[in-house]
Amino acid sequence: MKYVLRHLGLYLLAIWVSLTLNFVLPRTMPGDPVSALIGRMHGRFSPAQIEALRKAYGFTNAPLVEQYLQYLGHAVRGDFGLSISAYPVKVSAIISTALMWTVLLGVITLLLSFVLGTILGVIVAWRRGGILDSVLPSLFNFIGSFPYFFLAMLALFIFGFTLDWFPMSHAYSDLLSPGPTWEFIGSVVVHLIMPAGTVILISVGGWLIGMRSTMIAVLAEDYIIMAEAKGLPQWQVMFNYAMRNAILPNFTQFGMSIGFILGGQILTEIVFSYPGLGFYLVRAVTAHDYPLMQALFLMITVAILAANLIVDMLYVRLDPRVRTT
Amino acid sequence: MEFLRSLLLQRKAVFGAILLAGFVLMALFAPQIAPGDPTRFVGRQNQPPSAEHWFGTTGQGQDVFAQLVRGSRISLMIGFTVGFLITLLGLAIGMTAGFLGGIADGLLNVLTNVFLIIPALPLLITLASFLPPGITTVTFVLTITSWAWPARVFRSQTLSLREKDFVAASAISGESTFRIIFSEILPNMMSLVVSSFFGNVIYAIAADVGLAFLGFENVTTVSWGTMLYWAQNNSALLQGAWWTFVPPGLCVALVAFATTMLIYAVDEVTNPRLKTEKEISVAMKKFRIPARRATPVIRELAE
Amino acid sequence: MALLDVRDLRVEYLTHRGPVKAVDGVSFTLNPGEVVGLAGESGSGKSTVAHAILRILRPPAVITGGRASFAGRDTLEMSDDELRRFRWQSISIVFQSAMNSLNPVMRVRDQLLDVMQEQGIRKSQALSRARKLFEMVGIDPSRLEAYPHELSGGMRQRVVIAISLALSPDMLIMDEPTTALDVLVQKDILQQIAVLREKLGFAILFITHDLSLLVEFSTRILIMYAGLIVEQAPAYELFKNPLHPYTVGLMNSFPSISGEKRRLSGIPGSPPDLLTPPPGCPFHPRCPKAMAMCSYAVPVPKAVLPKHLVACHLY
Repeated sequence: MKYVLRHLGLYLLAIWVSLTLNFVLPRTMPGDPVSALIGRMHGRFSPAQIEALRKAYGFTNAPLVEQYLQYLGHAVRGDFGLSISAYPVKVSAIISTALMWTVLLGVITLLLSFVLGTILGVIVAWRRGGILDSVLPSLFNFIGSFPYFFLAMLALFIFGFTLDWFPMSHAYSDLLSPGPTWEFIGSVVVHLIMPAGTVILISVGGWLIGMRSTMIAVLAEDYIIMAEAKGLPQWQVMFNYAMRNAILPNFTQFGMSIGFILGGQILTEIVFSYPGLGFYLVRAVTAHDYPLMQALFLMITVAILAANLIVDMLYVRLDPRVRTT
Repeated sequence: MEFLRSLLLQRKAVFGAILLAGFVLMALFAPQIAPGDPTRFVGRQNQPPSAEHWFGTTGQGQDVFAQLVRGSRISLMIGFTVGFLITLLGLAIGMTAGFLGGIADGLLNVLTNVFLIIPALPLLITLASFLPPGITTVTFVLTITSWAWPARVFRSQTLSLREKDFVAASAISGESTFRIIFSEILPNMMSLVVSSFFGNVIYAIAADVGLAFLGFENVTTVSWGTMLYWAQNNSALLQGAWWTFVPPGLCVALVAFATTMLIYAVDEVTNPRLKTEKEISVAMKKFRIPARRATPVIRELAE
Repeated sequence: MALLDVRDLRVEYLTHRGPVKAVDGVSFTLNPGEVVGLAGESGSGKSTVAHAILRILRPPAVITGGRASFAGRDTLEMSDDELRRFRWQSISIVFQSAMNSLNPVMRVRDQLLDVMQEQGIRKSQALSRARKLFEMVGIDPSRLEAYPHELSGGMRQRVVIAISLALSPDMLIMDEPTTALDVLVQKDILQQIAVLREKLGFAILFITHDLSLLVEFSTRILIMYAGLIVEQAPAYELFKNPLHPYTVGLMNSFPSISGEKRRLSGIPGSPPDLLTPPPGCPFHPRCPKAMAMCSYAVPVPKAVLPKHLVACHLY
């Protein structure tokens, strides 16, 4: 438990740092976003309205500390104000749907690549010197050298454009409306195949190679020799004795790379015009829509930290040695 | 020297080094290989590869080959510079934390962990959007968002080396902290530093390309990343103009792959367990020993 | 009839620098209920012999010759499947480091149960047998739920011994079972083993570098050097009358608590590099009694006295 709590403390600290960063950065720029908004709306506000807007966005003339505390208070309550680029849509409305799509894509890619990579890694390590062992690691090494989004572009080009097998953008067909119908779900799945597929293809290699090397290290341990001397069947030695130990370092590695993969998902979302948090973040940044930007950045960070927390809790269940520390 | 020699004996190292050297040479001699301004208009837009334009033309009628060759300079330069800076910063912070211990270590460790946890790309984008686009901006934001991972690695290595007897011996014999760090601890970390440096170079090149692709760099300069940005913006995919984005992407992948091979070779030479593993599998192949679970009985081996 | 009959066993390690003859023609027998001590320095090949019998040596080890017959069946000729069924039921093994032989993420109870359930024993029966085994080795059965890291060194070694007795084997190989423990615990464990042997009647091949342990404990002692057995004799006979110069040197290296004070003498030099072993008798470079023929002729074990074999040109 202390293990999880320690990590939780770190995550809360990280969230606070992101919040503060997002507060400080816009205020280092000349001008303020409210003026930008007024500019866009061609000055159709009365002074009273402008004052109200300024208050709403937190760009009052109050001392910085007061603004900061107000900002924190709003953030904790999930009130991020109104979007500037999509005025007057509420920021929270935009990010809630985006969050859903990002989490869907992210969870599927993370889980599938980790599970596939781990299983392949176990098989490859067990049959060392076999055909799979000489081919797969190098092959996946090469594939893994490609930037995610490049492979995404390539896949989009080959399978979307040239062969027309898969849709080229969005999370579901534009002709459908969201709802719990098979048609909708089917469309969602089909639209997931390429974005998820490209990320999985590139990430699997990492897990395979990592699992293979931890398996090789574990297979040299004495308790494996003992398990074999006990006359246990191969599959039992492989799973109960080897894999259960070899997966631990990979699991922590998995936790550490969640941030990298979910953060990097931005690029995939751009290539496929997939309406997730990353997609909107890039648009918000280009439009200098600070309220939306702040919220999106925070959401991405929170999603990553939540995933990390889940992984931490799972790890405690897998490794009895951390339970006593 | 011994290290270099055994390194060169590895096929992986030779392959990786040659490939990487090829790209570096291309970057160094870029103006000779593809003379003229790479952004100038040379022909019709989106022309497929031909004898005149080896990799075809872009959506704005520029020569892809020229852009590829000239762009390699910026991409590789940023990659190596940022890779070097990340390694340096990570080394400074990680070794200080690991060696000093106590409160300094605690604080630096928390700092490192926070930077590790906060997602890099979103932070990169946010920072880059507030600063004027350009090489200095890219170098700066990439460095301050990516030093945490090597810092963590170097810290744990410093921690374990600090406990070793030869360090205690130097401390007792009165060596100054400075000397201990530089002549005792650092040399024993060199292989780690080298592989970390190469890893950081790969990361830097990829991150730079990613940033450029999203449009957060100076899109008027020519680099592999901006080539990809323009390909995306000019809807290369919808036009079927694969030659505008495949070459730069492929180059990034090849540089990354070559560097990875080098890292593996360094690992194999320096990691004692990997070395014995390799020696065992070489020996087993030589005598054609089947890799079964039970010890094999081969009576023919006894003369 | 002998329980275990090892004849001319040869094991090589195929290193990248060339083959190393770790075991170069070892022959001995083990009778039911006997305790045979196998003593020698590190690198003498004693562990290799034991592991070879069960065929659990890791690459690049290869068995290159000989026979290891247990109750008439040669383990060197068994297929992987036959070996799997043979192991633990007939011969079990206790490794040197108990901490390393136990799976860190499995409860001790499960590591005891899985080997029994593999034989088709139902879980409830296996559990009650597990409790009995724990009582036999002197651990409170409530500790069955523990993970290896929660137990002390001595307890872990008892656990490993309990596991080794799970299928009531006829023979136990004990590979330096007490080396990693402190002296008091050592004595405890050895006493425990002796008691268990009295009760259950299994034979033991006891491997150690510490000759003094074998004095009271073993029936017969084998001395190994550089992959060969240089002397074999009943325990008391060996101590009273060591014949091989190496054995003599070993005896003189141990201080004794009782008796008169005498100078400790070691054996000059160091064990040979098995990659390029010396010609003739492997011990001759360090032997105080070396003769001319020792440098080119390999000595063969001869029965100098009844049941007392030596491989030395002096005899």
